[in-house]
Amino acid sequence: MNLQEIASQVRRDIVRMVHGVKSGHPGGSLGCTDLLVSLYFKHMDLKTDENGQVVFNMDGNGEDLFFLSNGHISPVLYSVLAHRGYFPPAELATFRKLDSRLQGHPATAEHLPGIRIASGSLGQGLSVAIGTALGKKLNGDSHLVYVLMGDGEQQEGQIWEAATFAPHHKVDNLIAFVDFNGQQIDGPTEKVMNNRDLGAKYEAFGWTVLHMDGNDYNSLDTVLSEAKGLTGQGKPIVVITKTEMGQGVDFMMHTHKWHGTAPNDEQLAKALAQLPETLGDY
Amino acid sequence: MKQYPYTDKKDTRSGFGAGMTELGRTNPDVVTLCADLVGSLKIDTFIQENPDRFFQCGISEANMIGVSAGLAITGKIPFATTFANFGSSRVFDQVRQAVAYSNKNVKIAVSHAGLTLGEDGATHQVLEDLAMMKALPNMTVINPCDYNQTKAATIASAAYEGPVYLRFGRPVIPVFIPEDMPFEIGKAITLNEGTDVSIFATGHLVWEALQACQMLEDEGISAEIINIHTIKPLDTEAILASVQKTGCCVSAEEHQVNGGLGESIAHTLITNYLAPQEFVGVKDTFGESGTPDELMTKYGLKAANIVEAAKKAIARKTK
Ligand SMILES: Cc1ncc(C[n+]2csc(CCOP(=O)(O)OP(=O)(O)O)c2C)c(N)n1
Repeated sequence: MNLQEIASQVRRDIVRMVHGVKSGHPGGSLGCTDLLVSLYFKHMDLKTDENGQVVFNMDGNGEDLFFLSNGHISPVLYSVLAHRGYFPPAELATFRKLDSRLQGHPATAEHLPGIRIASGSLGQGLSVAIGTALGKKLNGDSHLVYVLMGDGEQQEGQIWEAATFAPHHKVDNLIAFVDFNGQQIDGPTEKVMNNRDLGAKYEAFGWTVLHMDGNDYNSLDTVLSEAKGLTGQGKPIVVITKTEMGQGVDFMMHTHKWHGTAPNDEQLAKALAQLPETLGDY
Repeated sequence: MKQYPYTDKKDTRSGFGAGMTELGRTNPDVVTLCADLVGSLKIDTFIQENPDRFFQCGISEANMIGVSAGLAITGKIPFATTFANFGSSRVFDQVRQAVAYSNKNVKIAVSHAGLTLGEDGATHQVLEDLAMMKALPNMTVINPCDYNQTKAATIASAAYEGPVYLRFGRPVIPVFIPEDMPFEIGKAITLNEGTDVSIFATGHLVWEALQACQMLEDEGISAEIINIHTIKPLDTEAILASVQKTGCCVSAEEHQVNGGLGESIAHTLITNYLAPQEFVGVKDTFGESGTPDELMTKYGLKAANIVEAAKKAIARKTK
C-alpha cells in the first residue's frame, strides 16, 4: 500500500471520528495527514519486534520520537498511530467519549500507546521535544526527535524561549515542523496576528530552516530526507511546512471554518465520497 | 520539652545544594536545570562536578519546565530550579499539563519562597505556591524546615518516582534537625509530645513553633509540635491522632492561609474529627520590602503569634 492510499484512509477516519462525536478539529488534521503518514510509515525509525509489530516504551530509547504540540489535531495522530499498529483501529470509535484512551487532546493518563506527553495547551511541545532530544544525547542514543506545531501556535512566547534554547545547546537531533496553513481560529493568521517571516525568524535564532509542501509526497520525501541529512551538525532544524487546512475534502479547504467544526450527516457523506476507503473503516 | 540544641545556622537552600552535590555523585540519572539563578540555588558544586548534566535555561522558566518533562521521558530525573514564584505561578499551566497531568518524574525545586525572601518585596515573595501545587493531581508538595531536612528531602525526592514541588528559602536559620533523623515523604515528624494543643508547622515556621512550645511550657501549657514537611500527601493519620489527644490545634506556615497547609488540616478535621483550629499564616494580603525578621513580625508569623493562637484554640475547646 502506498502512502497516498494510507492517507486516504486516515482522512476518512478523521472526518468519521469528528462526525461521530460532533466535536473535534478536522481542518488541521486533514492538512497534516500527509506529513504524519510520511513520518510514521516511511521516515521514522520506530522500535518493532521480530514480526515488525511496533513496540511502545515510554522512554523511547533506541527509536525516533514524534511529539504533537498542536494537540487539537489529535484525530490525525490517533488514526496514524492505530494504522501503524500502536492500538486497534476499532478504538478510534471511542474518540472523545467517556472512558476512552483517545482523549480530546492527547494525554498519557489513560496510557494510550504512542503518546508520551499531554498537549493541547499550545506552545509547550517544542520544549518537551528539546528535552527528549537532550535526554537522547545523554543516553548515547543517536535517534531523532520530531515535533509538529501550528502556525498560530507560533504566537506563544514559550515557543521563542525554546527556539532560543535549542541552538544555544546545539540540539541538532531535533526536526521541528510548523504547519504553515495560514489559518487559526479567528481567521487567517496574517490577520489575527501576523507572524511575518517565520523562516527568517528561526534563522535569526540559529536554526537551519527548510521549506516543504506538506501535501506533496515528492516534496515531503525530498525535504524529510534532506532534514535528516542535516542533523548532527550543531543546529536544530525547522521545516516550514505549507499545508492546506482541510486538504482532501473540497468544501473544507481554503477557509478556517473547519478548524474545529464537525461535519453533519450530509457533509460527512460528501466528504467520504472524495476519500476512497483503502484499509477498511473502523 | 524536648530540646533541639544547634551549633550552626544555615539557609535551607544550601541544604538543597548539598543534597544536589550528593545526588550528582551517586545518581547518574539526576540532571539539573536553572533559569539564571545558579548562585541563589546553591548548585555550583553540582554543575562543577557534572557539567554535562546541567542545562542553563536562561530566564525562560516555561521552556525549562517543558525541557524537564522531555528529559524525564527519556529516564532522566530533572531538577528544575528557580525562585518559588517563577517555578509555580509563572509556569502553572506548563507544570499542570507537561508535568502533573502527564505524570512526569520532574522535581521543581524552588528557593526564596515566602516573606523571608525579604527586601526584594512582594513581586518575589510568593505566598500562593502551596495552594497552586497542592491542587494539582499527581503532585507531591514538600516544604522542609532547616538545612538538614532540606538536604534529606532533596535526596528523597530523587528516589521518589513522580512530580515533586520542593520549596525552600533564603534566610539563615538554626540547623536543629539532627542530621541522622529519618526523612520519609508524607510522614510527619513529632518534634515534641504534648497534651493541651497540637501545633502543625511547616518550613520556617517549625523553628518558631519550637520557640512557642517553650514559651507555652513556661506558662504551664503542654504543646505537641508536629513538623509537616510534606503538604501533600498529608499525613492525616498523624494529624488526627494528635488532635484526638489534644483536642485542638494551630497550623503555622509562611503562606497565605487561603489554600495553605492550614486548609488541608481543616479539611482533614472537618471530615473526621471536629476540633477548634487557629491559623498562623498570611491573611489574604501581599508582602512588602523589609528584613525577613521584620516581615515575619509584621505579618504575624513569629513564635509569639503561635503562642497566642494556641491559647485561643485551647480556650475554644468545649470542656
Ligand atoms: C494556550 C492556548 N491558547 C488557546 C488555545 C485555543 N486554541 C486551540 S487551537 C487554536 C488555534 C491554533 O492555531 P494553529 O496553531 O494555526 O492551528 P490550526 O488552526 O492551523 O490547526 C487555539 C487558539 C489553546 N488550545 N491553547
